[in-house]
Amino acid sequence: MTDKAAQFAEHLEKAVVSGKGVEPLTALDPELTIQDAYQVQLHTIDKKVQAGSKIVGKKIGLTSLAMQKLLGVDQPDYGHLLDDMVVHNGGEVPFHRVLQPKVEAEIAFVLKKDLIGPRVSALDVLLATDYVVAALEIVDSRVADWKIKLQDTVADNASSGLYVLGDKRVKPDAVDLSMVGSVLYKNGEMMNTGVGAAALGHPATCVAWLANKLFEFGITLKAGEVILSGALSAAVNAEPGDRFSARLAHLGEVSVSFK
Amino acid sequence: MDKATIKSIAQFLNSAELEKREVVKITKEHTDLDVETAYEVQEQLVLMKLEAGNEIIGPKMGLTSQAKMKQMGVEEPIYGYVFDYMVVNGDQLSMSELIHPKVEAEVAFIMGRDVQGPNITAEDILAATEYIIPALEIIDSRYENFNFTLPDVIADNASSSRVFLGTTLRRPQELELDLLGVTLSINGEIRELGAGAAILGHPANAIAMLANMLARKGLKIKAGQTILAGAITGAVMLQAGDTVSAKFDGLGTIDFKVKE
Repeated sequence: MTDKAAQFAEHLEKAVVSGKGVEPLTALDPELTIQDAYQVQLHTIDKKVQAGSKIVGKKIGLTSLAMQKLLGVDQPDYGHLLDDMVVHNGGEVPFHRVLQPKVEAEIAFVLKKDLIGPRVSALDVLLATDYVVAALEIVDSRVADWKIKLQDTVADNASSGLYVLGDKRVKPDAVDLSMVGSVLYKNGEMMNTGVGAAALGHPATCVAWLANKLFEFGITLKAGEVILSGALSAAVNAEPGDRFSARLAHLGEVSVSFK
Repeated sequence: MDKATIKSIAQFLNSAELEKREVVKITKEHTDLDVETAYEVQEQLVLMKLEAGNEIIGPKMGLTSQAKMKQMGVEEPIYGYVFDYMVVNGDQLSMSELIHPKVEAEVAFIMGRDVQGPNITAEDILAATEYIIPALEIIDSRYENFNFTLPDVIADNASSSRVFLGTTLRRPQELELDLLGVTLSINGEIRELGAGAAILGHPANAIAMLANMLARKGLKIKAGQTILAGAITGAVMLQAGDTVSAKFDGLGTIDFKVKE
């Protein structure tokens, strides 16, 4: 798979270079497994790290029943967050940095202790969490028109794009994360509402899933890492000129614009 | 439409409710039933219920979500009335009393003062509200398969049927009502969720709109009324044997069982 992983990673990279989405990997190779797809992702991340990028955290995707149903899967997936994916709160994203972005409201965890699978529980996650913050994830796909199957999004770093963290840091014992309400606005207009429980019943359950999943790859969640725990409501398409903001109960507001 | 027809439609819908019988939508036969006339039917229906000895606990708002308004092709929500007999005491809902009930999670405003429109704002409403409580509304359209047009549902008292009122009371100033997270679970599985802003951006917007709609009829919101603001979650069909549990951030839970 190593050669194929390199070849598939290059295929996806073409989208970034050309600014145009490419054919899904599952169209090139209908036999592609989820394990193969993670190898493609890890290959891409390794290359970026060699080129100077730093891994700052992880993101969990496909955490809602609606998304899992859409892709016909029964578990989430994950991707890597790199230091060059961060946009500051209220910042602007030039559209050349993205292909076909969508925005979702999430809760981000920042860890103060390592989390090592395979038996991490939601409680372990809360005890290992330094603080949580409101976040906007800008998901993006290197695959043309988002025509993705599970393997395609896994290989494509779980359709990661950029992310924005809010400024208000809240200790995990100060709030019931499963009941945190959220509202996502685009250009001042309400798009949708959500609640923490939208992510597998509790955002910390998603982080626990991640820690246990990473054990399969011999990877540990490290103190200081940022974990985007999954969407609280549906992703909304972004166009140049759009401004997005999310308000989360107890966690404040986070916003981003596209130029 | 003449007075006699309006009254006979109200009678027809009232007996459908009392006899737990689903009926064909009114607009199928009475194609001239418009929104204004539909509210006249509703007024007659309300009068019949009052004459039968029931009391109004408050008006309620319906079609307050973007999704429902889009689905019905309307710009404005609708209202109906909740009566004392609709408030369920205890934690059981009897299917045998109903046609094809659905449940949705809401919040209710208990008013401390009268509010007379027009030009009422959400701020006016919050200032006039004594308490916010969580609520589960059971809607049970009298129409076959919930198949109706806007005038139909207005005439049918906005599908009002039953309501469970929570017992956690909060002052409106203690809550960020638009960010209030709510989950609705059936048999232990989360089926619907949302935040307060699902109601017209903020639940108080719905009550303000209600005050302004009532003002057109020369009516007002009255002190002591308990007013359902609209659905925070989607509606879920109920079946005998279901256990329903709703959680409201900072407002506790409401649980009930569905019996035969």
